[in-house]
Amino acid sequence: MSSSEIIAWFKDIGLSDRPTVGGKGGSLGELTRASIPVPAGFVVRTAAFERFICELESDEPIRSQVEALSGQELEKITALSEHLRARIEGAPLPDDMNSEIVAAHTELCGLDRNPPLAVRSSATTEDRADASFAGLQDTYLWTIGVEETLKCVRSCWASLYSAPSIAYRRKHGFPESGVAMAVVVQGMVYAQKAGVMFTRSPLTGDRSVVTIEGAWGLGSAVVSGQVTPDRFVIAKITGEISVREISHKHVQHVPAPGGGIRAVETPEHLREAACLTDVEISALRDLARKVERHYGQPQDIEWAIDQGGQIHLLQSRPETVWSSKNRKPVAKPADDPLQHVMKIFGGRR
Amino acid sequence: MSTTNINTTAKAKGFPLPSSLKVVPGTEQAQAAYPYYIQFTKEDDERFWFYNSMHFPEPMCLFDMITAEAAYAALGSANTRIHCLPTTLGIDCRIINGRVYIGGNAVTDPVEIQRRTEEFKRRAFYYYANWERLFAHWKDKMMSLIRSAEALPKLDLPEFEPLEHVHAGRGVASNHYILETYQKTIEGYFQMWHYHFEFLLLGYGAYLTFFDFCRKAFPEISEQTVARMVAGFEAEIFRPDDELRRLAKCAIELGVDQQFGPGRSPEQIIKSLKQSGAPGLAWLNELARSRDPWFNINVGDGFYHYHRSWNDDLSMPFAALPGYIENALKGQRLERQTDRLMAERKQLIADYRELLETEEERAAYDQMIELAHRVFPYVEGHKFYCEHWYTNLFFNKIREFGALLAQHGFFPDAEDVFHLSHYELEASLIDLMISWSNGSLPRGPAYWPAIVRERQAAIAEWAKHDTPPALGPVPDIIDDPAIVMLWGITRENLDTWLKAGEQPNSNEIRGVAASSGVVEGMARVVKSAEEIDRLRHGDILVCQVTNPTWAPVFQKIAAAVSDIGGSMSHAAIVAREYGLPAVVGTGTATQKIKDGQRIRVDGGRGVVTLLD
Repeated sequence: MSSSEIIAWFKDIGLSDRPTVGGKGGSLGELTRASIPVPAGFVVRTAAFERFICELESDEPIRSQVEALSGQELEKITALSEHLRARIEGAPLPDDMNSEIVAAHTELCGLDRNPPLAVRSSATTEDRADASFAGLQDTYLWTIGVEETLKCVRSCWASLYSAPSIAYRRKHGFPESGVAMAVVVQGMVYAQKAGVMFTRSPLTGDRSVVTIEGAWGLGSAVVSGQVTPDRFVIAKITGEISVREISHKHVQHVPAPGGGIRAVETPEHLREAACLTDVEISALRDLARKVERHYGQPQDIEWAIDQGGQIHLLQSRPETVWSSKNRKPVAKPADDPLQHVMKIFGGRR
Repeated sequence: MSTTNINTTAKAKGFPLPSSLKVVPGTEQAQAAYPYYIQFTKEDDERFWFYNSMHFPEPMCLFDMITAEAAYAALGSANTRIHCLPTTLGIDCRIINGRVYIGGNAVTDPVEIQRRTEEFKRRAFYYYANWERLFAHWKDKMMSLIRSAEALPKLDLPEFEPLEHVHAGRGVASNHYILETYQKTIEGYFQMWHYHFEFLLLGYGAYLTFFDFCRKAFPEISEQTVARMVAGFEAEIFRPDDELRRLAKCAIELGVDQQFGPGRSPEQIIKSLKQSGAPGLAWLNELARSRDPWFNINVGDGFYHYHRSWNDDLSMPFAALPGYIENALKGQRLERQTDRLMAERKQLIADYRELLETEEERAAYDQMIELAHRVFPYVEGHKFYCEHWYTNLFFNKIREFGALLAQHGFFPDAEDVFHLSHYELEASLIDLMISWSNGSLPRGPAYWPAIVRERQAAIAEWAKHDTPPALGPVPDIIDDPAIVMLWGITRENLDTWLKAGEQPNSNEIRGVAASSGVVEGMARVVKSAEEIDRLRHGDILVCQVTNPTWAPVFQKIAAAVSDIGGSMSHAAIVAREYGLPAVVGTGTATQKIKDGQRIRVDGGRGVVTLLD
C-alpha cells in the first residue's frame, strides 16, 4: 500500500514532511530512510485531522471558540477542553478515511493479526525548538486491534484540546489555524529494557560523550520519570565507559493484559542489576553516532531493546538546551602559540 | 624578594597542625636522626603541608631521604632561579614518622607576579622555542653524567698500596679515594636531579595547557584520552619491554626457546644456555646487549633503595619471556606497531578536533597540541635516564659502600647502610679511612649495629600507622602550578579530604546533580498533583517524582528536588530548560525535608542542605 493524502508510510517521508506528518512522524520517517532500526509504521496525516475537525465545525465552531479565550482564563479553558474532547472522541470518522486507516492497520499488522501497537500524537508544533514542551500530547502504548487504534487516533486528536495544551497555545498566542495533529501508528517494541540517550552530556554539554539512561521494561517508566534509571556515560570516539551508575529500579512498565501498560514491581534480582551490558552500551553509542551524523547536530534519542536483544530507536529529536546556549569559545588562537601556557603559569586568580 | 606563603582562611577549618602530630612512642631516636632542616618546628603550624604519598608512599629509610632533598633542591631552583615561574617558588619538605610532607611557596603579590612573568617569558619561552636543540643537548649532558657515575672506581682498601702507584709517585693513598668517590657519588645524584627538573615543569605545563583546553571543551573527557592524543611511542621508557620482545624473537630464531620453560630460575636458564653451545651463547650475547642500558629499569619509581632494577634481579624480565615466546610461536607480530599507534593517535586528534564547535577553537587546539607534542618526548623520556638508569647506578654504588662497611664490621648486612643518613655514611667512611690508615680498629662496629636495629624497628613501626593526608590551615586557593601539576592537588581535593574526616552530615541530602546552580528558599513538599496549587513564586519544589503535566509549575519555582529520577528524568530536563537548579533521585527528600523549611539546593553538586 502506498502513501496517500491521509496515510504516509515511514519509508516515504522525512523531516521536510513535518507540516503534514508532525515532528514525531517526520523524524521516524527520516530515521527509517537513514536505515536506522525503527519499528515499522505509518502516519495519519494532518489532512485527516483537518477534515475531521472541518466536519465537526459544520455543527459548531471549534477554533474560534479556543481563540476567544486568553491564557489566564483557566476555568473557561478547562470547561471548553472537556466539551471539545468529548465531541472529538465521540464523533465517527468519515467512511473513506476510516477504511484507509483500517487498510493501513491491516497491512502493518501483516500475518500476525493483532500485534501490539503504539499510537502517538505527532503535533506540528511539538518538538519545535521554540516550543519545546515535553510530552503535553498523548501517547497510547500497547494498543491491540483496529478498533482500539481508531479510538486512540481520535484521542490523540482530542489531546490537542487538553486544558494545558490550550492554555499553552493561548499563552504564546499561536493561531489555531496553524495547529494540526498527525498521529503515528507503529509496531510496539516488547522491550526487556529501554530508555533515553543524549549525544551530548545533558549535565555539561560535552559533545564527546553519549549519556545513556535505561531501566527494565518499557521505556515509558524512564521517560515519565517513574523510575530512577541506570546511567552510563560512554566516550563517543574512544568507546570508553566512564560512568556506570546503577540505581535501585523498583518498578518497571510491562504490557497489561488486554492492552495498555501497567507498572509492576521489578523482580528482586533485577532491581540492583545493571540493565545494560557493555556490548549493548557500545552498540547504542554506535547508533547514537549514526543518528547524530545523519542530522549533523546533537540528538536526544529514545531507545528500546526487545526480548530478542535487538535494538530499536523510537524517537530522535534535536537537543535544544545546550545548542541554544551562547557559549564563549574555550580558547582563541594566539599570535604567539607559546602565550597559551600562561593559562597554566600565569596565575588563575 | 617579596613572597608569602599560601594564603590561609580565617576560618579555623583545617587539618591537624604539625605540632599536634606526635612521634610514635619508641621511635623518638629514629625521628631525631633526620637532619634538623627537615624536622617540623612550631613555625610550621602557620603553613599548609600535604603528605607526598605519591612519591613516598612508605616510611623513608634515613638514607633514602636524600632523594627528597636532592629533588626539592633541584625543583625549587628550576622554578625559582632558572625559569622564574610567576606564581610559585619551590617546595619545602619535612618528615615525621618516616612520612614526607611538602608545602609550596606561592607568590601572591601581583607586582611580583608581573615582574616574574617578564623573566619567565625571557627564559621559559626560549626553552619552548628551542626545545629540540636543548633537549638533544640535555641527552648529551645526561649521558655524560651517567658515564661519570659508571666510571667511578671500585672501592678497595688494600693492605699495601700497589707498587705502580708508588713508582708513579701518586702520593695519595686509597683511603682518600673512598671519600672522593663517595662525595662524587653524592654530588652526581644531586646534579642528576637538576637535569631531571630542567625541562619538567615546562613540559608538564605545555601538556597541561592542552589538557586544560580539552577539559573545558570536553568536560567529561578522560585524562587517559588526552594522554593518548599526546603520547609518543618511541620514548626510551618503552624500550625495556621492546627489548624483551626482541630477546623472545632471538630465542626462537636461535632455536633456544625451549630453555625458557616455566619453573626455571634465570640462573638455571643462563647456566644451561652457556652449556648448550653456540646458539645459547649467541642469545646470552643478545641479552648482554639489552641489559646495557635497557635493563636499568626499576620495578618501582626508583625513589627507594629497594626498588631494584631488572639488571639486579633478572627474575622479572625472565618471567615475561615465556609469554612473549609463546605469542611469537603463535605467529603474533612482536614488535610494537608504532605506525599503527601513530595513525590511531592522528585519528583521535582529528576526531576530537571535529567535535569542536568553531574554527577559532580548532586553530587554538592545533597550536596547543603542537606544543604538547614538542615537549612530550622529554616528559616521557627523562624518566628512563633519571629515575631508572641513574638512580639505579647511584643506589648500587651506595651498596658498595655498604658492603665495604659491613666487611669491616660496621653492621651485619650491606643493606643496613640505608639506615644511615648521607652525612652519617660519610662520617663512617672517615672513621674507616682513619682506622685503615693508622692500623687501629674503627669505632663504627661498636657504634652502629644497635642504632641500625633501632631504626629498622622504627620503619616497621611507622608502617603500621596512618598519617593525615594534610596538615595545617587550608589555603583559599591552590594557585601553584607545580603542586597542581605534579601532585594534582586542588582546593576541591582538599575539601574532599576534609569531608572524609568528618561525621556524615545529617543536614545534607545527596542525589543526582541534574541542573546546575545554587538557590536557597522555602521548601514546598508536594506529595501529589492535587497539591501543586500550593506552590508560590520562588518556592523550591520538593516532590517524589514529576511528570509532564507539572511542567507549568517550573515557571514559578526557584529549584526542584525529587526523590526519584535521573539526569534525564522529566524534572531534570525541564529544570535545565528553565535554568533552575535541580537535584533528583535523592531517595528521601520528601521524608527528610519539612514543608516550609528553608533549604539550599546545589544542582551542580547534587546536594540539598537543610538550613533550619
